[in-house]
Amino acid sequence: MGLARRIIPCLDVDRGRVVKGVRFVDIRDAGDPVEIARRYDEQGADEITFLDITASHEGRDTTLAVVERMASEVFIPLTVGGGIRELGDIRKLLNAGADKVGINTAAIQRPEFVYEAAERFGSQCIVVAIDAKKVSAHGEPLRWEIFTHGGRRATGLDAIEWARRMVALGAGEILLTSMDRDGTRDGFDLVLTRAISEAVSVPVIASGGVGTLQHLVDGVVEGHADAVLAASIFHFGEFTIGEAKAYMAAHGVEVRL
Amino acid sequence: MQRVVVVDYGMGNLHSVAKALGRVAPEVEVVVSGEAALIDGADRVVFPGVGAIRDCMAELGRRGLVAPLRRAAAEKPLLAICIGMQALMDSSEENGGTRCLGILPGSVRHFGPELQDEQGNTLKVPHMGWNVVRQEPHPLWRGIGQDARFYFVHSYYVEPAQRELVAGSCEYGVDFAAALARGTLFAVQFHPEKSHTAGLQLLANFVAWDGRDRERTC
Repeated sequence: MGLARRIIPCLDVDRGRVVKGVRFVDIRDAGDPVEIARRYDEQGADEITFLDITASHEGRDTTLAVVERMASEVFIPLTVGGGIRELGDIRKLLNAGADKVGINTAAIQRPEFVYEAAERFGSQCIVVAIDAKKVSAHGEPLRWEIFTHGGRRATGLDAIEWARRMVALGAGEILLTSMDRDGTRDGFDLVLTRAISEAVSVPVIASGGVGTLQHLVDGVVEGHADAVLAASIFHFGEFTIGEAKAYMAAHGVEVRL
Repeated sequence: MQRVVVVDYGMGNLHSVAKALGRVAPEVEVVVSGEAALIDGADRVVFPGVGAIRDCMAELGRRGLVAPLRRAAAEKPLLAICIGMQALMDSSEENGGTRCLGILPGSVRHFGPELQDEQGNTLKVPHMGWNVVRQEPHPLWRGIGQDARFYFVHSYYVEPAQRELVAGSCEYGVDFAAALARGTLFAVQFHPEKSHTAGLQLLANFVAWDGRDRERTC
């Protein structure tokens, strides 16, 4: 027995409530984040990821309060991402009880921010979130580009090179979301996941597109992901984390049971 | 009332440790502090930490915490976590070589870029996630199954100079010390405060521990 592959339920939180967008647009209310986190913890989740999609300043304070409450009740690692722009934001989240923070747009605007954050807080708590979309035409060599603003704005950055660069600057983990798959329930982009996982030395979390338990297995076995992240299959009670783990274990993936 | 002091030296996630202790031992006063007098007066001490070892050692020195930590390690139950464990050793390879507290003999080494599992697959660094710890007999493992997993996140590991210090070991490309024990001192590389029921049980055991070393059967 060795290191287990992780299953990470993801909560998209807006003004203190869990929501889940389908292709980042259609929003359905799914409940209180602390209550949901506690349920996942009881079911055996290996970590919780909390994406704060609140735009307003007041909403950010709500987020800190939720993180604090969650960290007092759930004794597994907690990653919080969304809206992190400066070192002070990271300090506040870590003090509130987050173990890791996810950095996305701020890294694109100023890559050195990742270096500064890793220097100050340690690589182990710096997760760089990458939203990638396939841009190669049919028949061309595969190429994925980094997008921002929920997949609407292209940056011209090649996803694989970008992941390597983020790790060189100090990212301790990569949270990789396929914008083509997010919300589709068609499964992870396995070719992209594998390409990024093999390109970097740090763990990669696959995200975007999970619709079945087999997709989780595929993410690990074919995509070489170190962890798999999903939201809606867990939020709406289709599967428990325990069922997901039992399925993965039965298909040869080492998990924490 | 019994008092546990969680040593605050500006390095990371102290509140998780304090909250977890509060959960498992509501009858105990948990104080997060960087004051030498409070550490000296504590019944037991938790020495946590995340981040880089050079900053950690610099902060301990700047805040005058080296001597109180040495006294605590010699006199009362002390639980060191992650960087706290690494800081107890003689030296670390991190940050181009860093001298540490030298409370326990041994060094801290990087996992290295060529790390592989038994099948020859390249292993990711940091070692991040839930791994199994092979426990040696010690009161702090009481009530925790041999197959229990704990949450790790680290790129450096402890290599003690004396094999008998190892209270738990873990496999990740190399066989490394996941826990060390000597006298009233217990040190873990993983994060008990983030390791769900097994971790909370270990913290509960620490709070209940009389500070006696592993039960030896000769």
